[in-house]
Amino acid sequence: MARLQRRFVFVALLCAACSVRGAGPWQDLADDGLHDPAGPGIGVLQQPGEALSVLPQDGAGNHVHWVKALRDGFITPRHALADEPPPAIDTTEIIMRDTSTLPFVRFPHRAHTEWLDCTICHDRLFERKVGTTPINMGAILQGKYCGVCHGAVAFPLTECNRCHSVRDVPVAKAAAPP
Amino acid sequence: MSARSLRIVGALLLLPGFAGPATAEYGDVVINNYSDAAGMRPVIFPHWFHRVRFRCAACHADLGFKFKAGGNEINMMKIIDGEYCGACHNGEIAWSVENCDMCHSAKPGTPTQVHESTVQKLLAPAKPKPRQ
Repeated sequence: MARLQRRFVFVALLCAACSVRGAGPWQDLADDGLHDPAGPGIGVLQQPGEALSVLPQDGAGNHVHWVKALRDGFITPRHALADEPPPAIDTTEIIMRDTSTLPFVRFPHRAHTEWLDCTICHDRLFERKVGTTPINMGAILQGKYCGVCHGAVAFPLTECNRCHSVRDVPVAKAAAPP
Repeated sequence: MSARSLRIVGALLLLPGFAGPATAEYGDVVINNYSDAAGMRPVIFPHWFHRVRFRCAACHADLGFKFKAGGNEINMMKIIDGEYCGACHNGEIAWSVENCDMCHSAKPGTPTQVHESTVQKLLAPAKPKPRQ
């Protein structure tokens, strides 16, 4: 009996732990430190938790895995205001090897062209020819190159391993250094 | 109540999903180019809300939104003329401009920023510069 009681207390505490913190990591607008709780619009706007809690979860940023949400059909955001055919999806990947002691960077065009179109990055942010843009973490941390989006709206720059994700990729013969 | 159970409950309380300081959403953009001076609350643009409905290209390629908070000199005349926010917020695609308080919803005096951005957190000065 005493054991059952202990279990009941444990479960009750678990429930309390969950309810105290709300349904997830999303702050209600009135308490988020940015919105004016006295503003007349505050009661009308959609709460982040309502929209985001039903999407695939992630550990950083909005706590939403946006690429997965799109790919798996949880959301179907329009790519343009007008009724235009969707832009082409590029599935090529680029491996960046000049990463010092960190794993190489794998850049997947697919995830990026699913959300963007080519003109947003090319040639304003990145040259089309691989290896000709002087990408480096100092510039990225200051909001340049990848940092235009990553660190502002796409997954944040604390997620090192999501870009630096490749070890021991054999260098293609044609691209091998002499 | 064993020590092990207490540890599990404690760990749950500390999980990122449950814990964390009160902050607005990552990527929320505050635009305060003219609002304070005009006696309006600054604008909050919730990226999370819009990207559920639109891909990045819709606004950043087609509507000309720059990748910089406050980088477009948006004013209400342009919006009413159908530029920028006004391309959708026209009463047809989304609610129209008479709903002032739904965008102008930030605490007065909040500086232009991308909330929770790396630049804001790591590189910005401790105190915001006074507005020009």
